[in-house]
Amino acid sequence: MLAKVGSCGLMGLGGFHVDVEVDVSSGMPCMEIVGLADTAVKESRERVRSALKNAGFAYPASRIIINLAPADLRKEGPIYDLPIAVGILAASGQVPFSGRRDTVFLGELSLDGEIRGVHGVLPMLIDARSRGMRRAVVPEENAGEAAYIEGLQILPVRNLSELASYMRGEKEMVYCQPGKFAARRESSGDIDFKYIKGQDAAKRAMEIAVAGSHNIFLIGPPGSGKTMLARAVPTIMPLLTFAEALEVTKVHSVSGELRGGIVTERPFRSPHHTASTASLIGGGAKARPGEVSLAHQGVLFLDELPEFRREALEALRQPLEDGFVTVSRVNARVEYPARFMLVASMNPCPCGYYGDPSGKCRCTPGQIRRYLSQRISGPLLNRVDLHVEVARPLYEDLISAREGEPSSAVRNRVEQAREIQRERYQKAGILVNSQLRGGMFDEFCKLDAACELLLSSAFQSLNLSARAYRRILMVARTIADLAGSGEIREEHVAEAVQYRSLDRKYWGGEV
Amino acid sequence: MTRERKNTGDLGEALAARYLESRGMRILERKYTIRGGEIDLIAKDGAYTVFVEVKTRRSAAYGTGAESITPRKMAALWRTAEQYAQKHQLLDAPMRFDVVDIFLQRNGNPEITYIKNADIHA
Repeated sequence: MLAKVGSCGLMGLGGFHVDVEVDVSSGMPCMEIVGLADTAVKESRERVRSALKNAGFAYPASRIIINLAPADLRKEGPIYDLPIAVGILAASGQVPFSGRRDTVFLGELSLDGEIRGVHGVLPMLIDARSRGMRRAVVPEENAGEAAYIEGLQILPVRNLSELASYMRGEKEMVYCQPGKFAARRESSGDIDFKYIKGQDAAKRAMEIAVAGSHNIFLIGPPGSGKTMLARAVPTIMPLLTFAEALEVTKVHSVSGELRGGIVTERPFRSPHHTASTASLIGGGAKARPGEVSLAHQGVLFLDELPEFRREALEALRQPLEDGFVTVSRVNARVEYPARFMLVASMNPCPCGYYGDPSGKCRCTPGQIRRYLSQRISGPLLNRVDLHVEVARPLYEDLISAREGEPSSAVRNRVEQAREIQRERYQKAGILVNSQLRGGMFDEFCKLDAACELLLSSAFQSLNLSARAYRRILMVARTIADLAGSGEIREEHVAEAVQYRSLDRKYWGGEV
Repeated sequence: MTRERKNTGDLGEALAARYLESRGMRILERKYTIRGGEIDLIAKDGAYTVFVEVKTRRSAAYGTGAESITPRKMAALWRTAEQYAQKHQLLDAPMRFDVVDIFLQRNGNPEITYIKNADIHA
């Protein structure tokens, strides 16, 4: 007997249809899996055999041939355990099988017949839905994420016996309630701008950075609060929209980082500085998404930036510019989104106190130059719009009982500024100032004579590159948007230039 | 092979054959041997042709008999069975592998474990 069971495969963030064909016939007893399957799929053989026996079904003493079609696409992971088991049960006549062609099955089996959760359910099912599938049988663990796909009935199953009783009609199928999306802010209540004492200049820079989705460097001595500021960034970001949440959830689903349901908060990723290039950018044997993609629509925080490997940092340049990464693997290239806001913190010198009023720094000018310029290249620095010095807070600020402005108030201003940008760029096809490209500058960043003069003198004295020049324009645009001003004025340009001047102080000749 | 080990094996095989017959199976062959492989018993169970591997032990010190079927041994069994099936034109007929594990206790009573449709694969 032959049974054909629908399933899915995953390539990058996209899915494809897989037909699991199971032929059970007499002859020398064996079970062969063909159709470009990887090791985890080949091991299905053992799991399915034990699971069927332990769940009280007969494992047929027959010749069992399993074909995963199409045979030219690589199938990975244990997701075919469930469709294979269903196919064997159906082909050996142990359960009735409707043969409905609009249903897909996904799931890993444990040896006792329980059905385990798998990775990548959301992207696979979104694709299945787009191909006209109407129903998906998924592990209960994955029902949370699957329930958000409109128009797809989700049947969560716990184990093979439960599934069999559904198929025999002994138990009425209970489909998942469609998921209701509600974005949440950073849940940990102890992180908020109001708890950060002093640091008004740094907070202002953060607000600008988030408003225009600009990258930002925080430079300051140890203990000045750089990390705390960075961690508070998600609290002032606009809430995730449903479309954004789906994008983020796809990436997290593929990398197996999903903890039930859909992602409702903007991601905040802070990889350790020993991270390899592949773990940051994505790649490895299976071309998994890296930290830049896991931080999509959120924040990538690199603490102690100069401690990261230089090649890892240089590899950030392409996603920073393009908003996506392309990861190549043996037989395919996959693309992952990587539109994140980079927040990096660093000490200004090896001892950490260069520029500190205490005068504690004992580093030589050579040491300081090496510390910064050898690790962080000009091209990377150029892609960061704001550089902010974070001084150690004053004693008076620390002991003052006055709470700062709460994150919610800052977020309101950020959301207003984002709204202004969204309206302005409706036709241009971008969302925020940091996405301005090429000809858009002339259209959206017109400067009056006073501004031009200011900018040209800054260009000379700071020895700026063309890219840095454009970055200043973007930031000035954001500052103007925060102020609710249609035109970029002199004060906006002046503030924007100020966030750039650090490249000269640390990287230039002043040291 | 020492006489004692061979005797143990023969005794086990005889016990296994009797056991299978008591379950309604008909023994077709004993010690079916080709170059490169041997099947202890071949039996008929209804429509099924059954290839039986008998494992006999006097001591549990080295694990059960069934555990001692190595991948190499499995491959040999499979090849031999395939050759038998070919010769008797059974390749499209139902077939299976069974294992009979016999533990000869000191008091002389055999303890028989029967594994139907064992996972023997090439």
